[in-house]
Amino acid sequence: MRRSINALSKALLTVAIVTTSFIAFSGGNEVATLRDSTPIDVQKTPAPIPNVANTDVKQKRNYPMQPPLIPHKVRNYQVDLKVNKCMSCHSRNRTEESQAPMVSVTHYMNRDGNFLAEVSPRRYFCNQCHVPQRETDELVENTFVDMNTLMKEKQAAKAEKH
Amino acid sequence: MKNLVLKLWHTLRKPSVHFSLGFLVVGGFIAGIIFWGGFNTALELSNTEEFCISCHEMENNPYEELKTTIHFTNRSGVRATCPDCHVPHKWTDKIARKMQASKEVWGKIFGTINTPEKFEAKRRHLAENEWTRLKANDSLECRNCHNFDYMDFTAQSTRAEEQHSTSLASGEKTCIDCHKGIAHELPDMTGVEGW
Ligand code: HEC
Ligand code: HEC
Ligand code: HEC
Ligand code: HEC
Ligand code: HEC
Repeated sequence: MRRSINALSKALLTVAIVTTSFIAFSGGNEVATLRDSTPIDVQKTPAPIPNVANTDVKQKRNYPMQPPLIPHKVRNYQVDLKVNKCMSCHSRNRTEESQAPMVSVTHYMNRDGNFLAEVSPRRYFCNQCHVPQRETDELVENTFVDMNTLMKEKQAAKAEKH
Repeated sequence: MKNLVLKLWHTLRKPSVHFSLGFLVVGGFIAGIIFWGGFNTALELSNTEEFCISCHEMENNPYEELKTTIHFTNRSGVRATCPDCHVPHKWTDKIARKMQASKEVWGKIFGTINTPEKFEAKRRHLAENEWTRLKANDSLECRNCHNFDYMDFTAQSTRAEEQHSTSLASGEKTCIDCHKGIAHELPDMTGVEGW
């Protein structure tokens, strides 16, 4: 008896593996949109590089801890040991002239939570966390769901039950 | 030596016995034109980008850096060359700048700026010279190409439009106040106003 159960589960497992890998491979084709199923021995003509979005309109943050997207172009904005171009607009004492939002106070905190006079070394290289966007459609569909939407759905489901 | 100079002086002072006054006047005039033309031609030759970057310091540092910027390639296909930004158009200003530049050439020949490290060490100083010059002439070289009167603010980005329609329009600020590092890497900016 036990043996037959074992055989059954083995068979099921094999079926499961085969199906998942089949799904994964057919899905894999969709992900490779950059090549658009061009044969392997053919060089695809590269698509034009889309422009950087320079709308100056602040973007929504998808969750409270998200580093906001940069709504302007940053071509040749120098950030190295010598200068930080971003801080020439975003530092505390430059915001009046530049009318840019000040980097939040977290940028002046070290990891122990103490406030420093200058931007904290771990926040110095802005582009580690902040990026501009390009005017183009996403290659892969984004299925991210905002937590507010999740909460609303849950509440709606609850209300329906009652 | 002193005798020789005196003798030369006398010859120069003596009225000419061999040539007519007319010949001397016309000849002098023609020689003047040739000299003047030659001088300006030499000046023009030294006013090309090839001349500027014939010296390796300029090719390895400023030129390589310029290549990545908007003034090298852009959708309009207008190239700003070194003299466009660094050499004044007015003749007197041009001569003055050339005299200054010859100091930089001197620096090259006698090895004060002959390595990237030395260039880097001098960069702040050299940059400051340019900032002072452009500040003093209200960014004339920029304005040779970018004319404020014809800037269409509605076609500019919000950030640009906001700054241009306020501090720039009022004359309180000039291009170089806000656009430092437009063509090259910046030096260490500690202590520079606005950084
Ligand atoms: C010339 C001044 C200037 C410079 C330089 C500059 N910014 Fe900005 N930035 C602004 C202004 C003004 C805004 C407000 C929105 C707008 O007008 O684009 C802004 C908005 C932002 C925002 C969005 C903030 C939010 O709450 O959504 C981020 C992030 C940002 N900048 C990051 C950067 C980074 C990173 C750099 C350097 C690579 C940089 N900025 C350089 C002026 C500047
Ligand atoms: C380690 C990642 C990280 C780095 C590096 C970093 N930031 Fe941020 N930044 C964030 C996060 C996360 C937020 C949003 C939460 C917060 O305010 O801390 C933020 C917020 C901001 C905001 C919006 C502030 C507000 O109150 O609206 C600006 C502007 C900004 N950053 C600019 C910069 C600039 C300029 C630099 C470079 C000097 C920089 N950031 C470096 C993570 C980073
Ligand atoms: C030979 C003419 C010329 C000179 C001189 C010149 N520029 Fe430009 N500049 C251009 C052209 C052409 C563009 C690109 C226009 C385009 O296609 O958008 C440009 C673009 C710019 C931009 C836009 C940058 C961007 O990322 O969009 C700025 C800022 C600028 N110039 C500032 C200056 C300053 C400051 C000076 C003086 C130091 C200067 N220019 C001198 C021709 C010139
Ligand atoms: C008060 C500061 C300020 C002054 C003065 C100033 N600019 Fe700008 N300019 C800006 C800012 C900020 C931007 C947008 C950010 C960027 O391109 O880096 C900008 C952008 C530009 C652009 C690109 C336009 C666009 O739509 O993005 C050009 C071209 C330009 N400036 C040329 C000039 C010229 C030429 C002068 C002098 C006649 C000048 N600027 C003086 C602040 C200034
Ligand atoms: C669009 C205008 C522009 C063009 C084109 C340009 N420069 Fe400059 N240059 C500047 C400005 C402005 C400075 C002042 C420093 C700064 O803001 O980066 C400068 C500074 C310099 C310096 C001082 C050192 C430094 O890096 O600041 C040198 C050397 C120099 N330029 C050489 C050249 C050479 C060589 C070329 C041609 C390959 C050239 N420049 C083309 C605008 C320009």
